[in-house]
Amino acid sequence: MATGAAHLSSSKLNLGLLRDFYRREFLECIDKCLGTKAIVWDDGLTGPFGLIAEYSLLKDHEVEKMFPLRTGSLPPSNVQNIVFLTRPRLELMEKIAQNLHHEETKGGYKKEFHLIFVPRKSLLCERKLKEKGVYGSFSTVEEFNMTLIPFDADLLSMEMNDAFKECYLENDFTSMYYAAQSLMTLQALYGTIQYIHGKGDCAKQVVDMMRRMRDEMGGREPQVLPQIDTLLILDRTVDLLTPLLYQLTYEGLIDEIFGINNTSIKLPAERLGPQPSQEGVESKKVILNSADTLFAELRDKNFNAVGSIVSKKAKLITAEFGERHAAKTIGEMKQFVSKLPHLQATRQSLATHTSIAELVKECTDADDFIDALRCQQEFINGLETDKVHPLVEECIAKSEKLSKVLRLICIQSICNDGLKPKVMDFYKREIIQTYGFEHIVTLNNLEKVGMLRPHGARTYQVIRKSLKLIVEEVNEQNPTDIAYVYSGYAPLSVRLAQYLARPGWRSITEVLNLLPGPKVEEVQQIPAALRKRRSSISSSQSSTGEQKLTLIFFLGGVTFAEIAALRFLAQQDDVGGELIVAATSIITSDRLLDSMGGDCCGTMEESPQ
Amino acid sequence: MATADWNPLGETYYRKCEIYSMEWAGLVDLSKFTVAAAAYGGPIALLKDENKLNRGATTNIKPVVSVYNAAGRLLSQIRWSSGRIMKMGWTIMEDLLFVQDDGVVLVYDMFLGFKRTFSMGQEAKDVKILDARIFTSFQGTGVAVMTTSFRIFLITNTESPRIIRLAEVPDLNAVPNCWDIVVMDRQVRALVGKGSELYIVDQGGQYQKQDPKTEKEEIGDYLDLAVSFNNKFVVLFTGKGHIWMGSSDLLNCFGEFETKTAAKPQQLAWCGNGAVVALWDRFLLVVGPQKYWIKFNFECPVYLLPEVDGLRIIGNEQHEFLQRVPPVTEQIFKIGSMEPGAMLYEANREYQKQHQKADEYLRMIKERLDVAVNQCIQAAGHEFEASKQKQLLRAASFGKCFLTDFRPESFVNMSQMLRVLNQVRHHTVGIPLTYTQLEHLSMPVLIDRLVLRKLFGLAILICQYLKIPDAEGQSRIMAHWACYKVQQKHVDEEQLARVISQKLLERPGVSFSEIASVALEHGRRQLAVKLLDYEPRASEQVPLLLKMGQLQPSLNKAIESGDTDLVYTVLLHLRDNQEPSQFYMMIHTMPIAFSLFIQYCRHQNLVLVEKMWEQEDNQAEIAYTKIVRSYGEDTMDIRTKILEESSHCFHRVGNIFAEKQVEEQIKLLKHQRKLEDEMGLSFVDMSLQQTLHKLTLEGAHMAADKLRKEFKVPDKRWWWMRAMALAESGDWAELEKFSKSKKPPIGMEAFVDVCMKHHNKQEALKYLSRVLPDHKVKALVKVGQLREAAEQAAENKNEDELIYVLGKVKVADKQLADNIRQKIEQLGSRR
Repeated sequence: MATGAAHLSSSKLNLGLLRDFYRREFLECIDKCLGTKAIVWDDGLTGPFGLIAEYSLLKDHEVEKMFPLRTGSLPPSNVQNIVFLTRPRLELMEKIAQNLHHEETKGGYKKEFHLIFVPRKSLLCERKLKEKGVYGSFSTVEEFNMTLIPFDADLLSMEMNDAFKECYLENDFTSMYYAAQSLMTLQALYGTIQYIHGKGDCAKQVVDMMRRMRDEMGGREPQVLPQIDTLLILDRTVDLLTPLLYQLTYEGLIDEIFGINNTSIKLPAERLGPQPSQEGVESKKVILNSADTLFAELRDKNFNAVGSIVSKKAKLITAEFGERHAAKTIGEMKQFVSKLPHLQATRQSLATHTSIAELVKECTDADDFIDALRCQQEFINGLETDKVHPLVEECIAKSEKLSKVLRLICIQSICNDGLKPKVMDFYKREIIQTYGFEHIVTLNNLEKVGMLRPHGARTYQVIRKSLKLIVEEVNEQNPTDIAYVYSGYAPLSVRLAQYLARPGWRSITEVLNLLPGPKVEEVQQIPAALRKRRSSISSSQSSTGEQKLTLIFFLGGVTFAEIAALRFLAQQDDVGGELIVAATSIITSDRLLDSMGGDCCGTMEESPQ
Repeated sequence: MATADWNPLGETYYRKCEIYSMEWAGLVDLSKFTVAAAAYGGPIALLKDENKLNRGATTNIKPVVSVYNAAGRLLSQIRWSSGRIMKMGWTIMEDLLFVQDDGVVLVYDMFLGFKRTFSMGQEAKDVKILDARIFTSFQGTGVAVMTTSFRIFLITNTESPRIIRLAEVPDLNAVPNCWDIVVMDRQVRALVGKGSELYIVDQGGQYQKQDPKTEKEEIGDYLDLAVSFNNKFVVLFTGKGHIWMGSSDLLNCFGEFETKTAAKPQQLAWCGNGAVVALWDRFLLVVGPQKYWIKFNFECPVYLLPEVDGLRIIGNEQHEFLQRVPPVTEQIFKIGSMEPGAMLYEANREYQKQHQKADEYLRMIKERLDVAVNQCIQAAGHEFEASKQKQLLRAASFGKCFLTDFRPESFVNMSQMLRVLNQVRHHTVGIPLTYTQLEHLSMPVLIDRLVLRKLFGLAILICQYLKIPDAEGQSRIMAHWACYKVQQKHVDEEQLARVISQKLLERPGVSFSEIASVALEHGRRQLAVKLLDYEPRASEQVPLLLKMGQLQPSLNKAIESGDTDLVYTVLLHLRDNQEPSQFYMMIHTMPIAFSLFIQYCRHQNLVLVEKMWEQEDNQAEIAYTKIVRSYGEDTMDIRTKILEESSHCFHRVGNIFAEKQVEEQIKLLKHQRKLEDEMGLSFVDMSLQQTLHKLTLEGAHMAADKLRKEFKVPDKRWWWMRAMALAESGDWAELEKFSKSKKPPIGMEAFVDVCMKHHNKQEALKYLSRVLPDHKVKALVKVGQLREAAEQAAENKNEDELIYVLGKVKVADKQLADNIRQKIEQLGSRR
């Protein structure tokens, strides 16, 4: 069993298997070059690989040095092999070429060079390297097909942040091909998935590609007992509103405020309380996954419920520490001591999350956050959507972050089924004059993907009402509906998943037709020998008492709030069954909008003044 | 009697049985041919031997090469048209190798179709070779040659020849009497007998003189040597008629024997691992380690071929097999054997005679009946005759009836294997495999060999019979069949395509691209195109389509596959091999190809992108691309020019808003440029708002105001900008003046805001009194006057505001908090 990944195996579908699979493949890949080696990492890969293979493992396989991929020259080292581990991106090829040119002028001990593409080789990249005259320097050019990285027991991410932009803006479906491949990998490990549902153009593409890939396998299908019953593939374009809204779960807020990168965040060290931290360390890395039981409990709660849970836990732990005074006999003492490591870990985690919650609260209590939230609530309720909103105007006038401004405008556009020309032109002109003319491209991009659009047919109200997206009474402490994750708004994407589970999509055909893209339904045949035996023929769902397992794949990204809502769904009895979530990446509104910027635009995170 | 053909050799027995009576009987006289047969029941190649014909030293007649199956059925025949053949032999893939005197090796298939050729190196070519050996290495089949300069060169794999030179034998200046190749521990060495000395030479340039331990003082020159099938043993024959056998490192001697003849045998070989055979004309001597021996006489010349478990003896009339009687067979059939298997065999015979003795025999072995059954099953495997196999299997089956928990797999397996073996041993197929050989060879390889012999039908029947999965069995065979079929030039292409697709379409795992590429190799383009259409794997299909010049289909297929890399492969091929206009027409109708090509161009050069959009006459995209491109230009004139073009494009599509924005940007750039000249500060690439901000910071209020008017900046934004900039520059006087210039559209609270942002409470307080009651609470909170804020909120009778203030109260200030709570209550009670 792989180390440090116990939390991956805790759900019905053991994702530890997938991790082990990648580990094996990766080691096989690097073992092909004999002798000591240094790995040169593409920055985008260090995070995902950190979740797959720890440094000590690499060390066992003669990896002596690790360098980040940078322009210019490689740091000196006396290893036999240099292994470049990179995504197939042209700009990275430039850097690799530079590295190699410098190495050649250095002379000295002759090294062997290897190149490993993750997840696939690319003709364009190889051509680039040839143009630069370095392709011949590589002894081997390999590919390591890692596409879906297990983040948690029920969460997989492809970590392709540009997937949304590539698919919907640039018409480049490479990432969909990877998605289809990753689904084939999953089926190879966990068996063929019998029922496939999907909505959206990309979902259809992926299902088509999967069918082709299955044909290509030519009968060599996985002989594994199917563990996943249903696959639901959703295009992000089906529900563009949800990711734009302010996430109000604990984990969602942490992601929006600090940015969770491959399950970990960096926090200012001085804010993490009196801990034995080294001098001069400015930021501290905190790992956020279900291995931390307190976090597992907090992550999906509405932030307003976090405080009370933390304080309850704090009391509990103080009481437990108090037990040592009550312990009289040696036996009792022994029992207490045996609990001590666990208690200390819990106390540590409690301290960490108290600090994080305080940091989050500072943000959520700020006036501008509350104002923006109020504005958002007005929009999703269909109020004030058809004219220029004073808050948006003020935000622009005060040159606040462009990502915030665009977020509100896009929400307004979607909730109003597009903006009236006068309003649209006003916003555009304001943005161009304030944030720069280059954003005429950004605005055009937003229009292309549909986040911003001219006024059109009225559908939002219909969808909102028939899918009950707005829930008036929300109990944030003990929720009864998924709407708690946005304090009153139920994410459309998750509603679709909910309706699919029960009573089925046939009941909402009209709404589905209003949403963009085709509906996909496919049944994959499972060899008779691998079919599950049902105890009774009449009822197909609940008779056996065995829980169904559904995989939901978000093309174009998923937010933590949506994941929280899905986890909440899985716990409800009426849905029945476990859920696994996979996505091209974990997104926030900021990350999504940032990717919409034109080539000539800088980041939207900074305000212009 | 089962033991009639058994010959004792010490404690073991050897038996020689006929496996075929040769079909070539009467037509072929082996004494006139050089013979090369392939192991594992492989085919036999004959080459008319000039020396054997005694026609004199040089004849210009080219020899004839014939290939027969092991039963003497002619498979193919050609007249040799290349150089002088020094050696002929088979590879493990059943390809026929001819080593020429110039070191060139020609590779032919079993049907004497030429496959390829390679050379054994420059030296071999220059000085010619004396002799060659073909051997089985750890990588495949190897070839070794000895040049006329007595150096040995070898390759270890005919599939990828890499020439290795062995060390030289010291002072070798005459042809050595004998030499051969020994493969041990992934090392290939040569054993060379030079006079009375024996050397091992290796790849690393080392040679070692060997002195095998012997019981005799002098054994004379080494005349001949042979290596066993598994490379573990060596036999040496010396000038004094002495036979020495031992391990191939020559350290251990297993036995020695005096033949009392000095004549070098025609062939020296191992029979399995237990005995050595030497052949003089028609006299065959079998020698065991303990000086025991057997002799056989033949009526005609024979050829010996070592197998893993025995020796094939090929003659003019017969094809025989000499082997040690397998131990299990010995246990059953040896006279007087009391082994359980023997008893069971007897019991079954009595049973068939309906004799009560059957019961007696069974009782004797009751305890060991399972052993007996297994012995009978195993022994059945070692029999060539179907009747004997049946007898033994019946015995096993009979014994099985009395066992309750006997697992039937071994019985079933053996029955199946025997059925397959009997089929392939049939003289029309001619593969005389023993059970042991089949175990070594494995079933998939046997099936491959049937396919090589074009016995597709039999191969498929075997696969069906053994229930081998389609992908590895039937489909693969069908694919081979199709490859063979497409080479048949006399059949109409249309018909072929139909026949092949009918048979193969529903088969999983058939590579149509492979079949198509064979068709293409044989110049059948149309057929290849048709076949390729059935290929499900785009990654295989597309490159071949490109190769065939099927451009449009290759692009279609690549796009269908969704594999971007494949699409790029096609796109770049198309672009490089076509006229631009043609290329454009092709991708014009394919949005995905078009978009991908745009992406590619974007990485290369934006001008290319514009050209593509121009082809599409997509003015909006051209305009946006131009805007992006303008940012990459250094000089202001070019930037302005590109932006002007962009504005024209917008004009053409009637996007008035965008056109206006571009024009304004051009105007702004001009202003910024002018400002830069006037003020010596940089402004270009700032937004209008940033420009105004900077101007205000610099105190250039007039310039700012001018821009404001020209660009019609809305009031609110102007006020915010100005207030923020003034506060930032600390120009509090100007700020105050500004606040009084007219009623601020952003409210007086904005002024409190900007002051507090720069931590100037003093200034903030100045504006506080002018804040309207509606906004006062927040403003008071901002300057930190919570008590006043609470009072104001109470005055406003606004509960929300009170709660808001309460939220800002520090935990320590309990008094204030209580105060506010009280106020909230009062408000609540009044309602």
